[in-house]
Amino acid sequence: MNFTRRQSILTGLGAAVAAFLPFRAFAAVEDNIAEFTGGAEPGSGGITLTAPEIAENGNTVPIEVSAPGAVSIAVFAAGNPTPAVATFNFGPLAASQSASTRIRLAGTQDVVAVAKMADGSFVSDRKEVKVTIGGCGG
Amino acid sequence: MISRRDFLQAAMATSALYSASGFGNWSRLAAQQALTQDDLLNFDTFGNLTLIHITDIHAQMVPILFREPSVNIGVGGNRGQVPHLTGADFRKFYGIADGSPSHYALSSGDFEALARSYGRMGGLDRVSTVVNAIRADRPEAILLDGGDTWHGSYTCYQTQGQDMVNVMNALKPDAMTFHWEFTLGSDRVHEIVEGLPFAALGQNIFDAEWDEPAEMFKPYQFFERGGLNVAVIGQAFPYMPIANPGWMFPEYSFGIRDENMQAMVDEVRAQGADVVVCLSHNGFDVDKKMASIVTGIDVILSGHTHDALPEPVLVGETIIVASGSNGKFVSRVDLDIQNGRMMGFRHKLIPIFSDVIAPDPVVTAAIEAERAPYADTLAEVIGQTDSVLYRRGNVNGSWDDLICDALLEEREAEIALSPGVRWGPSLIPGDITREDIWNVTSMTYGAAYRTEMTGEFLKVVMEDVADNIFNPDPYYQQGGDMVRTGGLGYRIDVTKPQGERISEMTLRATGEAIDPARSYVVAGWASVNEGTEGPQIWDVVESYIARKGTVTVNENDSVQVVNA
Repeated sequence: MNFTRRQSILTGLGAAVAAFLPFRAFAAVEDNIAEFTGGAEPGSGGITLTAPEIAENGNTVPIEVSAPGAVSIAVFAAGNPTPAVATFNFGPLAASQSASTRIRLAGTQDVVAVAKMADGSFVSDRKEVKVTIGGCGG
Repeated sequence: MISRRDFLQAAMATSALYSASGFGNWSRLAAQQALTQDDLLNFDTFGNLTLIHITDIHAQMVPILFREPSVNIGVGGNRGQVPHLTGADFRKFYGIADGSPSHYALSSGDFEALARSYGRMGGLDRVSTVVNAIRADRPEAILLDGGDTWHGSYTCYQTQGQDMVNVMNALKPDAMTFHWEFTLGSDRVHEIVEGLPFAALGQNIFDAEWDEPAEMFKPYQFFERGGLNVAVIGQAFPYMPIANPGWMFPEYSFGIRDENMQAMVDEVRAQGADVVVCLSHNGFDVDKKMASIVTGIDVILSGHTHDALPEPVLVGETIIVASGSNGKFVSRVDLDIQNGRMMGFRHKLIPIFSDVIAPDPVVTAAIEAERAPYADTLAEVIGQTDSVLYRRGNVNGSWDDLICDALLEEREAEIALSPGVRWGPSLIPGDITREDIWNVTSMTYGAAYRTEMTGEFLKVVMEDVADNIFNPDPYYQQGGDMVRTGGLGYRIDVTKPQGERISEMTLRATGEAIDPARSYVVAGWASVNEGTEGPQIWDVVESYIARKGTVTVNENDSVQVVNA
């Protein structure tokens, strides 16, 4: 399913209410991204964010991001009180422009990766990661 | 190389052929009440490779009754699509006559009468007869077990899965993937897997600490059969640490990992695979989505959601085969593979009518050997039921209604919660034995807790579980059913987003609306939390049934489903 950005944000809001997060958190991620891109609207393609659809443990969610040709990749957790997670910088001798880490997610939300390419353009990818209290399988 | 259009024509040609000589014929014979083992096994051998698929046996070694669901709602793109057709709609879609054996085996409706006519289904000794017959026809056939094998019965619990391991080994599978097996705990899983005489597969079974493929479970296995290089890639249940207690297998991480699935498909193709088979425990809708994203899989043998479909579903150039549960069915899939391409297929979902298919005496003896030490305990009659007891249904089943009644009374609770699992055979009015109770409750985390929850928290729980079933994106679904409630009524709109699906929560005893601020005494079982305390659920249910003598489960009107 392709979420539009607006839908994603609305979904994020729903999750935030459930997780008792401050409303302001979601404006914060847009501010953070704008700060990273200098206000430029990121394009799509050329960047791959890999994250689980449903987190096994919201306290340590493995993610991986790859953007061949990037000089810098920033990762944001849109629903966290402090959305900025990490910024990876790649020097000219970097063999590959990819990174993996684990992040903590306060609830179901979008994880957003934005890459600055060598020509100064920006691309982004986002994945919804669900944080659930669990259920029962078949 | 053939084009996609050629492929589709080939596929349609074979399904037409199949409809004429396989399933359709079986239906007609059924109408004549002339079902024989030869009819059930009849198959025009096709192509150059045969796959045999069985899945979700849930430790049912002997024949059982199993009522298929009457409510199985599809959401998003799967609304109204198979496997979300039930009862008369299912029969109409597949051209199945009312009252026929196919009606009884595959769909709900008139269950008690048909069960009395057609008898029990399954039994691994009957399954063995079918497997042996297929192997006699095509000796190099590959037998694949989709998992949920070492869980779900009294003897399986007492032997920590050893009974099923021993009996399945007699059937000589070639590979297996996993789900409930892990609830034996990782030490026990390691112990069994180390001794398995066949491949234990799961491309999505990862080491939790390093987020790397787990050493014990290979992503795939090659088989040289019929002059072909056959690659079988395993896909374990993706959401085990969420749907089941992750603390029992903390070394492992799962997930769908479709990017790794694509990498594995590419890897086996590069190594010369002529055909790529995915042995999956994803669940049907997840498999459909995965087939639309990952390219190069010829066949997905689908498990987990317990769907039994008489025809494969085609997604792109991948066929998806669903083979039911509890030993009721075996799928035979014949493939024609030429120059690394699947040119066509022929398929038959073989129903294991236990009174029609002769048991394989070797496997009967193996089953009896496992059951003999417990025979008296298993057979003890605890009480009687006036009602059909079944589990499948999106929001309730009569077995679960009974379990909730038992929890409410035995644990003196206001509200009961029972997990929406899909395993557990059915009963028609008559005796309830201890084995029957264990068949619907047996698990390694069956403690029946008693706790307090606020109305607000109950709502959060219900919304959370509802999203695991009714999220319109299959990748966010876990494949079970809605948590069953006793003492609590509610309304659910399956089309709404999380947080808005559940409304009108009502305490049934008083008819009052659930107060978000008030605490309610809640009894339940199958908590995924470590350290859960309480009596085992099978003891709770046994005590209740023994006290009642005869149980009656009335039509459940406590849940109102809208926009289904």
